[in-house]
Amino acid sequence: MPKITYKDYQGTSKTIEVESGLSVMEGAIQKEIPGIDADCGGSMACATCHVYIDDKWFDKIPKAEDAEIDMIDMAFEPKKNSRLSCQIIVNEELDGLEVTTPAKQT
Amino acid sequence: MKKTDVIIIGAGPVGLFAVHQLGIKGLKAVVIDNLDKAGGQCIELYPDKPIYDIPAVPECTGEQLTSRLLEQIKPFKTEMFLNERVDEVYQEKQNWVVKTNNKKEFIAPNIMIAGGVGSFEPRKISLKEAEKLEGKSVFYSVKNKENFKNKKIAIFGGGDSALDWALELSKFSKITLIHRRNEFRGAQHTLSQLKKLEKEKKVLIKTPCQIESLDNTKELKSITIKFDDGKIEKIQTDVILGFFGLIMKLGPIAEWGLNMDKKTIEVNPENFETNKKGIFAAGDICSYPGKLRLILSGFHEVALASVECFKRARPNEKYRFEFTTSSKTIKERLGKK
Repeated sequence: MPKITYKDYQGTSKTIEVESGLSVMEGAIQKEIPGIDADCGGSMACATCHVYIDDKWFDKIPKAEDAEIDMIDMAFEPKKNSRLSCQIIVNEELDGLEVTTPAKQT
Repeated sequence: MKKTDVIIIGAGPVGLFAVHQLGIKGLKAVVIDNLDKAGGQCIELYPDKPIYDIPAVPECTGEQLTSRLLEQIKPFKTEMFLNERVDEVYQEKQNWVVKTNNKKEFIAPNIMIAGGVGSFEPRKISLKEAEKLEGKSVFYSVKNKENFKNKKIAIFGGGDSALDWALELSKFSKITLIHRRNEFRGAQHTLSQLKKLEKEKKVLIKTPCQIESLDNTKELKSITIKFDDGKIEKIQTDVILGFFGLIMKLGPIAEWGLNMDKKTIEVNPENFETNKKGIFAAGDICSYPGKLRLILSGFHEVALASVECFKRARPNEKYRFEFTTSSKTIKERLGKK
């Protein structure tokens, strides 16, 4: 199973196995990883599953749709490497992916 | 203090349909919502986006769904209290008392919480100085245009609100529009108008950049913004207007003594009652085994909860299940003959 590493803004990191086909957000919620709220449940209607993607991974992930980029405008402290974790679907190629959660979501 | 049978918190689709389900049973309700209009997430998050999973409605937008629900509950002439956030809930014998942030008071044997993910609030600038100046020189909405005349205004954001206000306020103030990326998201004619004003130097546009600091803590004189390439610029500013969208905050609901599971309220899936007798929760905010956050699930939940509300509001009457198609009483309540 692909392993995903979630780091928080202070550098604490947790690596968990996430089933292929689930989103990076769903993986975090199932294992109760703090720092991802996902208020809207994954419908791209909020920006509370916002994460920063580690540079070495950013280009390996399918690009964000316009609607996701618009929604990231509403996230807390968006950066160039911001993504909504509900839109990143885990597969074997993403084994080892590292994401960082922002200081807060709301 | 206003007395009613059920106090509905939240005017989203589920709160509105609760009015219907209570209304056909002859129960009176009031609806309270923090937003300035009915519709909840449907109106705030996806007014123009299609919904495909409302039974017998192959496709409709969030706005259409809301207006149809409002039409459906019209016969009940339910009072809506908008721009009101419920802050306090407490028990008074067999009844519940609800107080809002504007000191309005309601009393009823039942409360139906259809609060979605909580109340919508503007996302704010996370700098400490911005917090101190909020309401003085930092704003997240325009209540009265007059207060924004002949000022140097920095508008943040890339969506419709930021663009519309940039255009409107540029008529009598100096506007700098600042956004974290080069693309703006807005109606085509708004975008072309903005381009025109930029050419005429009536609106300055700064992208891609974000706020770095507010330079004065007592009275705002200037702000510093930082571009993606690291460049820094100081901008003379009297007023900051931030339009970063709305976020949902659970707010005071967490303090009412209800059993919670993270940000949701645990309910009994037979009648959607919480651990407090007479307080119900339905829609996105409730949780029970197998819960799905679908609008149609919320409709089902308020239908069942309304039966229990009837029993509490009319303890001396017997509840009788009826179909809208055949019940003479229901037809009368709907104003049909």
